[in-house]
Amino acid sequence: MKLRRFLTSLIAPLLGVVVSIAVTAAILVFIHASVSGVFSAMLKYGTSPRAETLILNLATTYFLSALAVAIGFKMNLFNIGVNGQYVLGAVAAGAVAGNLTLPKPISLTITILVAMIVGAAWAGVAAWLKVSRGVSEVISTIMLNFIAIAIISFAIIRTSVGTETAMNIRGTKVIPESGMLRGSAFIDPKTKVYGFFFVTIFIGLLYWFVLNRTRFGYDLRATGHSASAARVSGIEAKRMTTITMLISGALAGLVGLPYLLGDAASYNLNFPTDWGFTGIAIALLGRNNPLGIAFGALLWAFLDVSSGQLILEGVPREITTIMQGLIVFVVVMSYEIVRRNQIKSEQNRVAKALEAQAVSA
Amino acid sequence: MLKGVKIASVLAAAALVLTGCSKSDNGAAATTAPATSAAPAVKVGMAYDQDGKGDGSFNDAAYAGLSKAQADLGVEIKEVNSGSSATDASRQELLTLLATDGYNPVIAVGFAYSTALAATAAQFPDTTFAIVDSVVDAPNVGSLVFAAEQGSYLVGVIAASASKTGHIGFIGGMEIDLIKAFEAGFDQGAKSVNPSIKIDSKYMGAAGDNTAWNVPDKAKAASAAMIGKGADVIYAAAGGSGLGMFQAIKEAGAGHWAIGVDSDQYNVPSLADYKDFILTSMLKRVDVAVYDVIKGVVDGAPLTGVQNFDLAKDGVGYSSSNPAVADFAAAADAAAAAIKDGTVTVATK
Repeated sequence: MKLRRFLTSLIAPLLGVVVSIAVTAAILVFIHASVSGVFSAMLKYGTSPRAETLILNLATTYFLSALAVAIGFKMNLFNIGVNGQYVLGAVAAGAVAGNLTLPKPISLTITILVAMIVGAAWAGVAAWLKVSRGVSEVISTIMLNFIAIAIISFAIIRTSVGTETAMNIRGTKVIPESGMLRGSAFIDPKTKVYGFFFVTIFIGLLYWFVLNRTRFGYDLRATGHSASAARVSGIEAKRMTTITMLISGALAGLVGLPYLLGDAASYNLNFPTDWGFTGIAIALLGRNNPLGIAFGALLWAFLDVSSGQLILEGVPREITTIMQGLIVFVVVMSYEIVRRNQIKSEQNRVAKALEAQAVSA
Repeated sequence: MLKGVKIASVLAAAALVLTGCSKSDNGAAATTAPATSAAPAVKVGMAYDQDGKGDGSFNDAAYAGLSKAQADLGVEIKEVNSGSSATDASRQELLTLLATDGYNPVIAVGFAYSTALAATAAQFPDTTFAIVDSVVDAPNVGSLVFAAEQGSYLVGVIAASASKTGHIGFIGGMEIDLIKAFEAGFDQGAKSVNPSIKIDSKYMGAAGDNTAWNVPDKAKAASAAMIGKGADVIYAAAGGSGLGMFQAIKEAGAGHWAIGVDSDQYNVPSLADYKDFILTSMLKRVDVAVYDVIKGVVDGAPLTGVQNFDLAKDGVGYSSSNPAVADFAAAADAAAAAIKDGTVTVATK
């Protein structure tokens, strides 16, 4: 039974991939590009050691972002504010780490904690608004994203948080090597897999354990399934909302760190600011399951990284954006179809059982 | 059971589409094969940031230099763009791909590439790199910087001379030092003509807000507000957002002038609707710089080190495509001469 459920859960993502490949192929034909040429170029490049490293690094970022979104989803909370939470977390972490000259383990611990606390605090604003004022977190978090960007611009341009790190580029003070987590080049000799990759694997395991093997995880899933049932069984909904938002924010705070500590070394004004939205798509794709999210993040990163090769082949890189959109679209749709069918067959089963009872009585 | 059949049929349909498509492969491949018969020696790789070409301004100026080199020097060209949410890692990968494929020179358009270009240039010492609007200190990199404040001074002189209300405006893209230099030069130039002139200024986004270059609606609203307060000449240094300023000036009608930036926007085809209102453009000759870099490689004398394109080098200036600017040309040329001989120094902030 479990195996069957696992297999049926694979159908939707597979269908998404197949449909997106088919539609992409049609578009490629339409723009007179070679279909097999494009796909084989993507595959060939995507499996080269350097691209594999880049994919792992980007997937690390995406995984954390999706995890932050997923824990909210588990409780029917829609945290669109991962963007704001992670940029603020990354700026704070960058500003603190840039001024630290401590042994690596201590420096890293402080940096990571700062990022999580700032991310959680920013999500906490939305949580407070929701529990005390009934403001939907969808509205508040998306507004808080804009406020976060404005705060960062202000901090970097007008305050001593920012310095000129290169010509025309202002950012937080460059983090000394003792504060970086650059990782190791174990796939490609010249490109390093971010050190945060390993931290992220640990976080993924921890997420699975907390959600499936602890009282808190049970409360969280129960509240997500049925808030009224949870309340009857003594779970405080407001407390759960607050805690979940805080954890989601703390996870979101980490999203910028793989890149900040593995590569950038300074949060400057070119730092990407929309990884949070990618996280939403991947959480949907992975159905909030850490393993599913890991696969989703890898697929997404593969498409993003190989888009660079596509433009060299003369194909617009936006092709991969179309593929990503289609995958999510089809997957969400097929999950919904499967869910409705399940409900229908459940109803049929109950109806049959009742009929049988009535006949025998 | 029915569910299974449904899914299977969708899969089968998808498979049909797939095979149907792959059949047409060969024909499609033939049409896209590069039309070059004899392989030229020099392959130029050009990397734009974000969405790249099509802004009718900065990036298109770089493209103008590239296409001139393609026509005059017969070089092969390849253009790439970094897309939104690009990181230093993804920019570096683009440059690496170009360098690995034998593109030389590799030209990065925009200061966002500086970190990525420094790293890539170190890995490919035999390739010539160039970067626009930034300085990367490496033996094989040409850093192409422009004295935008000097060119802006000239259009400031023109704006103040053309204004009948004694009130002009400035629309900036992202609020960073690079763009503030445009504003500083513009202000100084305008005040040299009319010390009591009123200058409104508005930026389309805070530093870090990457939408700043692409919000024509916002630029239109800001320009309309300036016009409402009495401004009759507006200068926009805001990339693709500048379009909104042109729209606002056109709606305000005759007697109002727009001043373009980077490219000669009077002659940009996509802006043809507004050309009668574009008095002049501050030319930042990215095209000249790009062409010079390519020519250097073709001639075997690569242009490296800091290349400051100022008035003296014709790296900046103003365009006289619109005949209406002739009335103010004397004043602007006098100002240019004063800057060249050092009588006037233009501040950058």
